[in-house]
Amino acid sequence: MNTNGYLSGSNLERVLKNGYFAVTAELGPPQSADGNVIRRKAALLKGYCDAVNITDNQTAIVRMSSIASAVIALQEGLEPVIQMVCRDRNRLAMQSDLLGAYALGIRNLLCLTGDHQTFGNHPTAKNVFDIDSTQMVQMVTAMRDRRVFQSGGEIKGQEPRFFVGAAESPFAHPVEFRPYRLAKKAKAGANFIQTQIVYDIPAFKAFMEKARELGVHKQAYILAGVSPLKSPAMAKYMRENVPGIILPDELIERMEAAGAPWAGKKKEELTPEDKKARSAAWQAEGIKICIEIIQQLRQIEGVAGVHIMAIEWEEAVKPIVEGAGLYPRPVIPEPEAQPG
Amino acid sequence: MIVAEQKSLDEIKQLVGRAQKVLVVGCGTCVTVCFAGGAREAAIVAAELRMASKLEGAPKEVTDVTVQRQCEWEYLDQIAEQVGQVDVVLSLGCGVGVQAIAEHFPNTWVVPGLNTKFMGLPTEQGVWEERCAGCGDCLLGLTGGICPIARCSKSLLNGPCGGSLNGHCEVNEEIPCAWQLIYDRLKSMGKLEVLMDIQPPKNWCTARDGGPRKIVREDLRLATEE
Repeated sequence: MNTNGYLSGSNLERVLKNGYFAVTAELGPPQSADGNVIRRKAALLKGYCDAVNITDNQTAIVRMSSIASAVIALQEGLEPVIQMVCRDRNRLAMQSDLLGAYALGIRNLLCLTGDHQTFGNHPTAKNVFDIDSTQMVQMVTAMRDRRVFQSGGEIKGQEPRFFVGAAESPFAHPVEFRPYRLAKKAKAGANFIQTQIVYDIPAFKAFMEKARELGVHKQAYILAGVSPLKSPAMAKYMRENVPGIILPDELIERMEAAGAPWAGKKKEELTPEDKKARSAAWQAEGIKICIEIIQQLRQIEGVAGVHIMAIEWEEAVKPIVEGAGLYPRPVIPEPEAQPG
Repeated sequence: MIVAEQKSLDEIKQLVGRAQKVLVVGCGTCVTVCFAGGAREAAIVAAELRMASKLEGAPKEVTDVTVQRQCEWEYLDQIAEQVGQVDVVLSLGCGVGVQAIAEHFPNTWVVPGLNTKFMGLPTEQGVWEERCAGCGDCLLGLTGGICPIARCSKSLLNGPCGGSLNGHCEVNEEIPCAWQLIYDRLKSMGKLEVLMDIQPPKNWCTARDGGPRKIVREDLRLATEE
């Protein structure tokens, strides 16, 4: 199978390979069998990103399958990046699902470890973790480049050709090991990296400096994770509870300042209109901060794009992408499949 | 050692059921050391069962005995007579001990008095922690003597995951992040370069995933009679 010099020929790969600053977004499937949820979210994201990550039982909560949701997204004209975690599938199930995903038209894959099941809604479940995310990257790139299954057995017929991604959390502990772990994932064959959410630019710059020293930016496209803050409470929650998030005080202060006109009032003193206006003010500030962060990230050598995680707030993607001067998204013609 | 914990008296009562004559069998090895099923605990459980059954108006005849190791036939032979006289044996051995009794005394009903937890060690008085998962293919030589299979919540071979925070695991603050421990130890030993190798997928055949395991040592077997 020839994809004209591309590994997968996906839109995301084409955008990155042609030197554009890429934008990916995130779409969380519903905790139900309602495909319209995907269609509604897809409509909000279409045209504003080069590809959209479809989460895989995110936070260990049962949701519509990533592959099924990705197929709906494809039907809606949105290119999916399916996420796959090591928690729920062994190497047999992973490979089998990936053969199917490719046959269904999916071309991007993000390999993840997965949150532990104790976080989710089935804490009594048995986990799998047969292989880890680095090993998954090796497995899927070997399926593509060497046409072999993990067992070493040959893939007879069409091999699954994914543009393969991995994640790294630059500020999770031990912080000094993170650039090396990123390098390991690139060495394993990752074509792109999406990072945990970045709020602290100087800390991320230090991470990128080390990553450049290790040459990772030449091996894989690094997309920095960003996420708009929705309220000061959400910001504080993230800072306290989400591993790998450094949220500078200054940003929390800015979020609080945005809600200043309503500050000092008790809950019962606020009318529904007040609450709505305060929420809108917070959200506007959150989007503004996000745009500023993207602009700073663009200046860092080796950052090839951004991954916008506006979880359950897909409406925010449009103003962020527009505000950051990243709209419209480039249109690069699909590679012509060559016979044979 | 094997670390176990006693089941609640309510559950033990339920397991013993209506049996009239009960023999509580303690074990003198691992479960003695972890204060779950030694001679002392066997005597206490026997007394509790006697009292409880008396209070409920149907007094049981409960005796107790402790063998050196429940997991070896020769020690079980020593209690064959007592076992033969009761309706049920309540084993305070680990899961191996319970099964050894069942296997050795085919006509005896045996129930477990413990929950076997893990292979581990006491890290301080009254605290036991898991250390080995018995995967059958020891990789401690790669990780500075800290096992990621047993001690990383996700058994990662190329960790740490993104959930490592301030030295603990994302699952809870009580669990040290195994990969932080591995990192710190390799760093202190000047061997961090070990972590730059990508560890390949593990062959789980040697673990429980390959089916129940067995070791045959021909050099130790007694000659079988023709």
